[in-house]
Amino acid sequence: MKKIFYFLPLVILAILAIYLIMGLGRNPQDLPSVLINKPIPAFELAPIKGQTKGLSNLDLLGQVTLVNIFGSWCEACRLEHDLLMKISKNNLVPIYGIDWQEPNNLVGPRWLKRLGNPYTLVGDDPKSRGAIAFGVTKAPESFVIDKNGVIRFKHTGRITENTWNNTVWPIIMDLKKQ
Amino acid sequence: MIVETGHFALVMALCVAAVQSTLPMIGAHKKHSSWMALASNAALLQLLLLIISFAALTYAFVTSDFSVTLVLNNSHTLKPLLYKVSGVWGNHEGSMLMWVLILAIYGGAVAIWGNNLRPTLKARVLGVQGILGFGFLLFILFTSNPFNRIFPAPIDGQDLNPLLQDPGLAFHPPLLYLGYVGFSTTFSFAIAALLEGRIDPAWARWVRPWTLAAWGFLTGGIALGSWWAYYELGWGGWWFWDPVENASFMPWLAGTALLHSAIVLEKRDNLKSWTIFLAIIAFALSMLGTFLVRSGVITSVHAFASDPTRGVFILALLVITVGSAFALFAWRGPALKSTGIFQPISREGGLLINNFLLSVATASVLLGTLYPLFIDVLDLGKVSVGAPYFNSVFVPLMSPMILIMGLGPFLNWKRGDAILALKQLQIAAIIALTGAVITWFLIDRATVLAAFGIGLSIWLFCATLSELAGRIQLFRAPIIEVLRKLRRQPRSSWGMTLAHGGLALVIAGMTASSAWRVESIQSMMPGDTALVSGFEFTLKSVQNIEGPNYTASRANFDVTNRASFKISLEPEKRIYVVSRQPTTEAGIYSTFLGDLYAVIGDPDGKGGYITRLYFNPLVTWMWFGTFIMVLGAGISLSDRRHRVGAPARRKLPRGATAET
Repeated sequence: MKKIFYFLPLVILAILAIYLIMGLGRNPQDLPSVLINKPIPAFELAPIKGQTKGLSNLDLLGQVTLVNIFGSWCEACRLEHDLLMKISKNNLVPIYGIDWQEPNNLVGPRWLKRLGNPYTLVGDDPKSRGAIAFGVTKAPESFVIDKNGVIRFKHTGRITENTWNNTVWPIIMDLKKQ
Repeated sequence: MIVETGHFALVMALCVAAVQSTLPMIGAHKKHSSWMALASNAALLQLLLLIISFAALTYAFVTSDFSVTLVLNNSHTLKPLLYKVSGVWGNHEGSMLMWVLILAIYGGAVAIWGNNLRPTLKARVLGVQGILGFGFLLFILFTSNPFNRIFPAPIDGQDLNPLLQDPGLAFHPPLLYLGYVGFSTTFSFAIAALLEGRIDPAWARWVRPWTLAAWGFLTGGIALGSWWAYYELGWGGWWFWDPVENASFMPWLAGTALLHSAIVLEKRDNLKSWTIFLAIIAFALSMLGTFLVRSGVITSVHAFASDPTRGVFILALLVITVGSAFALFAWRGPALKSTGIFQPISREGGLLINNFLLSVATASVLLGTLYPLFIDVLDLGKVSVGAPYFNSVFVPLMSPMILIMGLGPFLNWKRGDAILALKQLQIAAIIALTGAVITWFLIDRATVLAAFGIGLSIWLFCATLSELAGRIQLFRAPIIEVLRKLRRQPRSSWGMTLAHGGLALVIAGMTASSAWRVESIQSMMPGDTALVSGFEFTLKSVQNIEGPNYTASRANFDVTNRASFKISLEPEKRIYVVSRQPTTEAGIYSTFLGDLYAVIGDPDGKGGYITRLYFNPLVTWMWFGTFIMVLGAGISLSDRRHRVGAPARRKLPRGATAET
């Protein structure tokens, strides 16, 4: 009877190993969104200071778009910004911005003025209405939306050149062809 | 050419490891003494080859040889020399090379200092070390070769991750690995003993110094990592229950348990299979840590670039080594008979509870670390387990342990007298209670938990001092006698006193810095003043400066307490030229009572800057406390009794002259 206890470590190791093997193929940063393949929920955001038009779900219909949640307080967004500028300069895909949780209504516009504005439209989101609609956990976060306003892809964290070239851009090209 | 020599030495080391892992084992089984003797030579040769290999890689980094892919990806000509050297292990491949080098250092150490071991045991220990070395060398050569070349060689490199360009982090990995890999020795001893079927107090005495060394290094390594996080990440915190931190903490907990259960085995011939189990587990957790950091199964700020093939390889190594160890344990373990018997209330009883609590703590950290992975694999969603879980599990487990830590040393072996022990601890208990009550009533913002933590810390400190006082008969014997006893204390008991006392300081620091930290975030223009915990922080100026491989804005704060105290702090926000990555360098002024801590953030666009200012009470106590703990391990390690068989040093009689 006592001998069984001596086998316990072996059994636990085996179970642990199975989980670890199954965990290997997964990327813990790929948080799947419950919203994937669902239409974007309705939302309407006011414009940021200095602009006349805000952002609503209706603006995202009719063409493939990239929605990017950012904030001037967010280091990773700043790093991501150069890539977004490049995308908008080359007219690869229209980018719509949600300026999330700024401490006041001046810093966001100033940030865009300083670094350049890659966004077709920007919605001001101090109360997280847009962020909640998209189920955002942290900035930056980006969504690919198809012509019908359905969320097709989500990326958490900064889009690097690498993820853009290998993941995001191929998805957008595919959707554009449909 | 030098790089190729390094590569060649690595391949040779693999061949030597193949010999080391087979011939001595067969020799020990068949009692061929010449085959067994081969083990030491093989271990030393392997050490030599890996030193050559490591030196070659270091040379490539120092001379900025960008034809080596690893140097290209992790170095830059502008980088200061210290970080060119630390760049060697600031990446996956190089750190694995360091891993096997340290493994070989321990193997070499056993070969040199293990002359008092039974020849069969020594051969088997080195044989198991050889097997481990063989597995990891295979891993390096097949999946992570640090000597891969690139052609044509680019002009300049891509620089080391700026967060790692820091003196604290330059030395953190070597210390940590000396700890992690140190447990390979205790693992090898455990396997060798299981193979021999002989585990006795002598075995425990042989294992103890290796456990102590590994534990001391690991303690130092963890503290250094925590210190780095404190001043480099700029969040004012020092422990985040990040998976990688947990990966280093689990072997520490298991190693601490091992250190104590080995004492019971050594002194009382008891807890045999348990000690063996802990010796296996401590190293298994070290390997698990290596796996978690490098396989990408878990997210962490510190993780290396992840690669599933490497993950598969390390996991296979882990499952094979630990699996065979556990199988051997299941086969041979039940035959291990303990002879000592003891009452529940006794020194053994106290150490057993300590072991139980430490093991539960280890298991709960393991569970918390892997829980997100379990849930993910079962497709139940994505979760993260953070500080609230760990704190709520850890505090209730550690509190009774600290209470017993004070009491345990007062209990006798076999059968202790709790009443008598508590009588000896009266003063400590009264001081601790008073301390807790004073904290609760007199200090602002004291929570129950904070008062309790301070009370625990005082209890442990006073109990440890009382124990020392009892041993040297302070206040009960004439002062000459006391001093004589003080000098005659064995170094291992000094080790205990220092380790326990150091922990008391660490607890005080942790409690105070969690409970009474003051944080203030604001936008400041030059000339503005912010008040933090009674200190006035005035932002004098922000200048742009140029470092060797970065540019930075450096802020200058004057801090005063509106009386005589006046210092200045210079936090920086650096942008590294090559990677464009920003880092913060906190400005810190440490005092006995707490740290003044300032971080400069981004400009707010109106000519001001976001600043974060902190008062972190008693933080220094944590670093000082860990230093004392490591010192305790070092002193205990220098105890001559570890060198069994070495003749006791006798003082020459007065007047006699030593013959030379």
